[in-house]
Amino acid sequence: MMRDKLQSLGRHTLDIFARIGRGAEFLIHTLYVLPAILLRPALVIRQLYYVGVQTLVIIVVAGLFVGMVMALQSYIVLVDFGAEESISLMVALSIMRELGPVFTGLLFAGRAGSALTAEIGLMKSTEQLSGMEMMAVDPMKYVIAPRFLAGFISVPLLTAIFMSVAILGGYLVAVELLQLYDGVFWSQLQAKVDFYEDFMNGMIKSVVFGFVIVWIAVFEGFDCLPTSEGLGQATTRTVVHGSLAVLGLDFILTAIMFSA
Amino acid sequence: MLVEIRGLSFSRGNRAIFDNVDMDIPRGKVTAIMGPSGTGKTTLLKLIGGQLKPDAGTIRVDGQDVHRLGHNALYAFRRRMMGMLFQSGALLTDLNVYDNVAFPLREHTKLSESVIRHLVLLKLQAVGLRGARYLMPAELSGGMARRVALARAIALDPEMIMYDEPFTGQDPISMGVLVKLIHDMNHALGLTSVVVSHDVRETASISDYVYVISAGKVVEHGSPEKLHHSGSAWVKQFMDGLPDGPVPFHYPANGLIDDLMQSEQGK
Repeated sequence: MMRDKLQSLGRHTLDIFARIGRGAEFLIHTLYVLPAILLRPALVIRQLYYVGVQTLVIIVVAGLFVGMVMALQSYIVLVDFGAEESISLMVALSIMRELGPVFTGLLFAGRAGSALTAEIGLMKSTEQLSGMEMMAVDPMKYVIAPRFLAGFISVPLLTAIFMSVAILGGYLVAVELLQLYDGVFWSQLQAKVDFYEDFMNGMIKSVVFGFVIVWIAVFEGFDCLPTSEGLGQATTRTVVHGSLAVLGLDFILTAIMFSA
Repeated sequence: MLVEIRGLSFSRGNRAIFDNVDMDIPRGKVTAIMGPSGTGKTTLLKLIGGQLKPDAGTIRVDGQDVHRLGHNALYAFRRRMMGMLFQSGALLTDLNVYDNVAFPLREHTKLSESVIRHLVLLKLQAVGLRGARYLMPAELSGGMARRVALARAIALDPEMIMYDEPFTGQDPISMGVLVKLIHDMNHALGLTSVVVSHDVRETASISDYVYVISAGKVVEHGSPEKLHHSGSAWVKQFMDGLPDGPVPFHYPANGLIDDLMQSEQGK
């Protein structure tokens, strides 16, 4: 009984290491073929539409609500100290440093990451990837690299849009609903938010998140078992691993960027 | 010979799919590879195409050991030599019929769109689907999808086409169309065809040579006539589709009476 459990634990651990190995090998292969895809911008632009543009609605709506909620919550706390004119600062800093990149990452993993995995997995199970190989078209170049690049480009752009819309949401609540003077709202932002310290650090986070989520998404699709069950598991793994990676990396990056 | 297979061994996990198999596929002929489901017929095509690597042995196509080629050389070799028709058709689902057939031409040649259009229409005409060129793969029947895939496989005029279970799940008319197409393509274009199938009658009707494989070995090979008159009880059962014989009807089990007696114990 004990031996069985140990064996199963060992097998599981070996499986995990084998997956990590395959994932790393896959990433190296993808990065190796990436320059070739720069000569085929049409393929990347097409994927930018599917991966980026189609994720825009959820990002804008979520950004608006997150900004509005942040403004409302900040007001409730700050008004007791007579510091309600700092709402914009509170909203902007939390959105730029944390919520913008993290929310965008999580939403991207759920919306575009799962779609990427499902699409590539389905191409694998319907032999489209094998078919391409036999037509002497490398699926790494034709399928994987454009999607990887499109995702990698999309996430920081979506993050920037999320941040802008969230601040706009904060503005709507603070100025239009709570009647804060809009000059105060914007001047606080201008005076206290640092472009490099706050905005760029958030963007660096989004670049890292984008890289990791897209890597997980395309790898899971490419590596999935070509059955409906395997495809379902791969899609779930993309969302779960992608989300956990975003949250874990966020802690590490925050510790590096803001602890000094 | 176009394809020479020597001492091929291949296994998945602990299960041996091929064990020291020798095979020759003659140039310009239709060679059938038959055998029960799960004997590794598709695996054999993937080994010939260089998508899988054998554990031992060599596969030479046109004198070239396909597993000694590097990535780029293998792709160039496939482009020149091989087309493959997958069981599902493997059409790209985001492209319509026309673009699917044009796909290898656009990827591998610098031909102008007007030349590509001529070529695509001619290839589609050959499979009888010129009128279906604007349909998406989801709108095609299984038989039509395979015909489009065939048009795509011959787009670059390869020397050899490998057909993976081309007749499976087809109605009699589609089956008849595919049988005719495979036969006519082979003779009109001077191709070498390898047909993997377990549809004995249809496959035998167009084959010049047949290999029957089972349990990792070549059980019998020869012309279709020779196989029909084979002395082997196993081959006879397979070729005539008999329900019982050396391959038993019953999966190995204990005696029925013993099993029934045990049923009260819930096993």
